[in-house]
Order: sequence, then C-alpha cells, then structure tokens
Amino acid sequence: MIWPIIWSLWMSFQTGRGMNTSFGGFSNIKRLLGDPVFFRALVNTLTFLLIQVPVMIFLGLVLAVVLNSPTIKGRAFFRTAIFLPCVTSLVAYSILFKSMFATDGVINNTLIAVHLLGDPISWLGQPFYAKVVIILAITWRWTGYNMIFYLAALQNIDPAIYEAARIDGVPRRAQFFRIIIPILKPVILFTAIISTIGTLQLFDEVNNITAGGPADATLTLSLYIYNLTFRFMPSFGYAATVSYVIVLLVAVLSYVQFFVARDRK
Amino acid sequence: MTLFDRVQRAMVYVLLSLAAFVSIFPFFWMIVGSTNTSADIIRGKASFGDQLLINIVNFLASVDLFSVLFNSTFIAVTTTFFTLVVSSLAGYGFEMFRSAFRERVFAVLLLMLSIPFAAIMVPLFVMMARMGMINTYSAIILPTISSIFIIFYFRQSTKAFPGELRDAARIDGLNEWQIFFRIYIPVMRSTYAAATIIVFMANWNNYLWPLIVLQTNEMKTITLVISSLASAYYPDFGLVMVGTILATLPTLVVFFVLQRLFVEGMVGSIK
Repeated sequence: MIWPIIWSLWMSFQTGRGMNTSFGGFSNIKRLLGDPVFFRALVNTLTFLLIQVPVMIFLGLVLAVVLNSPTIKGRAFFRTAIFLPCVTSLVAYSILFKSMFATDGVINNTLIAVHLLGDPISWLGQPFYAKVVIILAITWRWTGYNMIFYLAALQNIDPAIYEAARIDGVPRRAQFFRIIIPILKPVILFTAIISTIGTLQLFDEVNNITAGGPADATLTLSLYIYNLTFRFMPSFGYAATVSYVIVLLVAVLSYVQFFVARDRK
Repeated sequence: MTLFDRVQRAMVYVLLSLAAFVSIFPFFWMIVGSTNTSADIIRGKASFGDQLLINIVNFLASVDLFSVLFNSTFIAVTTTFFTLVVSSLAGYGFEMFRSAFRERVFAVLLLMLSIPFAAIMVPLFVMMARMGMINTYSAIILPTISSIFIIFYFRQSTKAFPGELRDAARIDGLNEWQIFFRIYIPVMRSTYAAATIIVFMANWNNYLWPLIVLQTNEMKTITLVISSLASAYYPDFGLVMVGTILATLPTLVVFFVLQRLFVEGMVGSIK
C-alpha cells in the first residue's frame, strides 16, 4: 500500500490551511466589508476575468479552427509561433511589456506611425489604459496555450461530421457555432475553469508591470493579500480572510460554469 | 475558387501572420533591447545597437551571476526530481491499488487542485516561519514536491500501462517496488519526460512563493533578480534585458529541443 504514505506526506504539507481558524472571528469579516481597497481589488480582478477570459477563449478557438484546416500552408510555423509566448516566465514577459508600453515606447511610436494614434498614450499612468495593458499582456501569454487544447480536441473530431455538414449544405459560420463549439464544449469548459482560477490569482504581471497602480487601478486580490502580509504591517489573519474570498469565488464560478455548460446540452 | 473564397483565404493568412507577428515581437524586442541603452529602449528604438557588451558588463556588476544561476538551477532540479518521484508514485498507486477510499481521496485531491496558491500562501508562510525555514531552499522545495496536478497526470497516464505487464512481473517474483522502478518507470519514460518539462518550467519561473520566502540576496533566483532590477525607480533596461534573456533561455531551449513532448505534456492531462 503505497498511496496512504504519500497521502499523509502530502497532507503534512497542506494542513497549514486549517490555521486560519485560530485567527478567525467576526472582526476580520467586519473589516473586510468596510474596506474600500478590498472592493477595488475585487472589482479589478473580476473586470480582468470577465473581459480577458472570453476574449482569449474566442481568439484561441478561432486560431485553432483556422490552423486545423488542412489547406492552410505553414501550419507548423504558425502553431509554433503562436504557442511561443507560453515558454516565457510570467516575470520576464511582464518586464518586456512594461518596457514596450513606456510613454515614448515602441507601442506608442508604432501606433503613431500608422496613424492609429495622434498623441502618445500614457499606458501605465492612467487607470483605464493600465488595465488595458494588463489584459493585453495576459491575452498575449495565454492565447496560444488555450489554442493548443482546442487544436488537440479538433483533431479528434471525426472528419465524417464535416462531410455530412457539407452535404447538408451547412454554411461555414454555422459549422463553427453549431458543430465545432458544441463538440468542444468539455475542452472549452476545462480551459475556462483553468483560466478563471489563473486570473483570480493574478499576481506576477500586475506586480511587475504596474505594481498595482496607478491609484490601485490594477490591484488584484492576490497582490492585495501579498501587500497585507508582506509589504504593510503584517496582518496574517486579515490576509487569510481575503484569501477565503478567492476560494469562495473559485468555488462559485466553477459551479456556475459547470451549470451553464450542462444546461445547454 | 471564387473571388469570395480567395478574399476569405487571404484574410485567414493576414490573421495568422498578425497573430504570429504579435507573438514573436516581444522576443525580438528582448534581443534588440539587450543591444541598446536603457534610454533607447524607453524611446522605442527597435533596431540593433552596439551596447550588448556594456549591458552584459553592467549586468555582471550588479548581479552575482554564479549564485543566482546556482539558486535557480538547484531549486528547479531538486524540485523536479522529488516531484517526479513522489507524485508519480502517488499517481501509480492511485490507479493500481484498489481501496475503499481511493475515489473519495482522489476527489478531495481534485477539489484541492482548484484552490489557488494565493489562498494558501499566508498560512504556508506562517507554518514555514514556525519551523524556522524562512530563507532556505527547503521552504521552496518542500511545499512543491507533492503536486496534485502531476499526480493527476500520472494517474491518467497509468491507465495506458498494460496490466498484463504487472501480472507477469508478479508471477516472476518481483515485489511491488521492483515493479515500479524496474518496469513502470522504463515503460512510462515519455510520460516522465513530459512531466519533467512541466515541473522544471514551473519551478524555474516560479515567482510569488520565492519572493515571499527568499529574503536575502544570496538566496535569490534569476526570476527574483530581474524583477527587482526592473522595478527600480530608474531601471537600467539594457541590463534588465540581458537578465530576461538569461531567464528565458533554458525554457526556450527545452521547448525547441523537445517540442512534441512539451505540447503532449500540456494536453496530456485532459486526454
């Protein structure tokens, strides 16, 4: 019997979570409900989640469907190129984005050169644009990752299904929404949950690109927990309370996603 | 081919090329940046300069390269080794041995998989502090070696391990440990290779937990070093780019050498 040993070994690393109870009490919850910074962090995190995850999943799906078509030339090159961002560390690419989105930086210069922009935007200095940069950055890093999952799933679809659709005269766009998406639903659900969990613990990017600023516009829950524990006066108990909000969010959102996916069957 | 088809086809290529360009550009930017001065990088100069040597010299002057690379490599390699031993054993055990509680315990594990790290880092830190492990390698290595994701990955992959092989080995008189080490590991080597890549990358790139636990300069990893260099009030992006290349290179090399395994490893968990 090997696994109980492993299990107990594993448990010994994890029991720490129980420690929160000794810090507990209602005072932390009271502080949480009256904490404007917490609500800003919560709203920011949910904003990133609600905008970034659907955009990324849609982009990943479109790219996967296009790359799955056998008539496209150079598929291996495009696949590798689009997947490439996944090999960078979160910190490394955050630094690259920070330098590219400088006010006189390469992004502004390019946008001005192609006349998409009149004056340079202070990307990292304005609350709205700072959020945009964070969303662009995460989308850059993870779209290829999601695309790989969809590609793998698309390759398992029986070609006879497309053939039947063609014979029945189903137009291309309807194929995408009526055939491909329903078949890929489990994979989409899986990536949606993974991305949701990932976005809820967003930390590396915001800490390295904007450090939560300007004026807490990109502060996320994870960064707030970090600040509470290790940057301001250490307040482990309150930080743990904020942590539980993340656990709760993951639980609720995963449940909702499962429910939505099941309902439409 | 009708005109409409042709336009549509052209649009597909435009879309793909744009996506490929956007994906590759930051890599190009990183390499170009390492050859320019910090001021040029901030000004968006996207052509090669002649500052590469100076940036490397500056980088070496502000970073103890040997200790940083040693820390990163040591942590990533030991963690990978122990994670593979412990988690593959667990995954194998979950699939191979029947028990009344097996599925229930596994369900609990899967549930834990969805608990984000941010939610457990505070208690974990308190625990490590009580055990006096702050600023040690063990504080990084111990919490990571039992990876639920890798256990899950190995359990899934073990479903493909032929049961007859195990039965034959038992008849030949091998005990369970011998079966695991002499038969299972060699047969499953491609699973091990894929898992190695996943775990190594995750640990080489790990940021939040080392940031919390490693507090002195001589313990810092490359990820922590480039992050603190880049968050200075007036960061020297030239030398930061050199550091970024250094941090990205190992995973980039692994990706290009073992591309098939790499992608297989990522997708494998949902087969």
